Amino acid sequence: MTKSRRFKIEDILLIAGMILPIVTGIVIKVLFTPQSEDSISITGALIFFEIPLSKLGLKWDLPITEAQVNSWLVIISIFFLCLFMTHGLNEKTPLKRQHLAEWIIEKVDKLVQDNMGNHFMGYAPFIIAMMALSAFSSLMTLFGLFPPTSDLNVIAGWAILVFILITYYKLKCGFLNYLKGFTQPIPVFTPFNILGEFSTPLSMTFRHYGNIVSGTVISALLAAALKILSNAVFGWLPGKLGEFPFFRIGLPAVFSIYFDVFSGCIQAFIFAMLTMLNVSSAFDYEDYQKRQAKRLAKLARRQSQNS
Amino acid sequence: MFELAIGIILAGCAVGAGLALIAGIGPGIGEGNAVAKACEAIGRQPEAKSDVTSTMILGCAIAETTGLYGFVTGLLLLFVAPKMLVNILVDIIGR
Repeated sequence: MTKSRRFKIEDILLIAGMILPIVTGIVIKVLFTPQSEDSISITGALIFFEIPLSKLGLKWDLPITEAQVNSWLVIISIFFLCLFMTHGLNEKTPLKRQHLAEWIIEKVDKLVQDNMGNHFMGYAPFIIAMMALSAFSSLMTLFGLFPPTSDLNVIAGWAILVFILITYYKLKCGFLNYLKGFTQPIPVFTPFNILGEFSTPLSMTFRHYGNIVSGTVISALLAAALKILSNAVFGWLPGKLGEFPFFRIGLPAVFSIYFDVFSGCIQAFIFAMLTMLNVSSAFDYEDYQKRQAKRLAKLARRQSQNS
Repeated sequence: MFELAIGIILAGCAVGAGLALIAGIGPGIGEGNAVAKACEAIGRQPEAKSDVTSTMILGCAIAETTGLYGFVTGLLLLFVAPKMLVNILVDIIGR
């Protein structure tokens, strides 16, 4: 199939839509980051400005941070990536990107089916969205941007979402069943069970956040150490040449492959995996079906008595 | 007197952060065990390599959690706690 001119122009626009958010992020970072000497500091997300909610009578201002802005940029970028992958879908002469998209969808469908069962197949889009958001957010470090996943609040938001899903599915099996679940296996365990309920989102949050932040901290420490080392070794060179950190060329990239690329992708996978396992284990499908059948039978009996 | 109090706060935070990172020992041993067993399993059944590897990585990442609790606590002690505690101290002395 030869691509028409219109198709090519649309392609270029979609690719621009993918790249522009990243460029915007870099421009915002360059414009807003305060000037500092060449000292390496470990800081949280930068606050760009605050929406003054306190004028409306609320207690706090709403800060707009780097993490929020960057995660919206990632979302826009992924949106255009999806449009690009599904651009020009057809049955007869599929493009390369269509094969790739189909392969991804098949893999995710299989993963969800293996881990959650057929009843939860509707969760596949949610799982792939979560995976893509998490992975691409962590990979923002490759462009030198602040990764939204190294802000505790962002991950906590996702974990609370998962917690709400888990609770929803537990409640779907009946409110009394939900309450009874806390007294298993014996009533003495009730406080521990309630604590255990909250430890799920907490551990999910800390796992993802800790992994990404530990990579950032170790990268910063490594960069600082390499500068001192190269100053000690090449300090005798004249002028600016002596101050130039030679050891910083290339070596941090090797560590970055593990800490940024590998760790980020693995954490995305694990977050999605834990979501699947927690949600599906909160819901006993066979028990639910049995209860539904009982309820339907009861209704039918009542109707036959009435008529 | 005031300087001494701030010094004690900073020293306490630094020592606490160091102690919190002892938590790294546990996941180290645990992950080492997991990888050793995975290597054994692959040696016994090389055709199940991909399954064993993916399960191992998932298990390792979950075993890492306790170490990360320690790490997050250490970070809080290093970057958040000193400022907060010094502010509290200033409040008390100012009063």
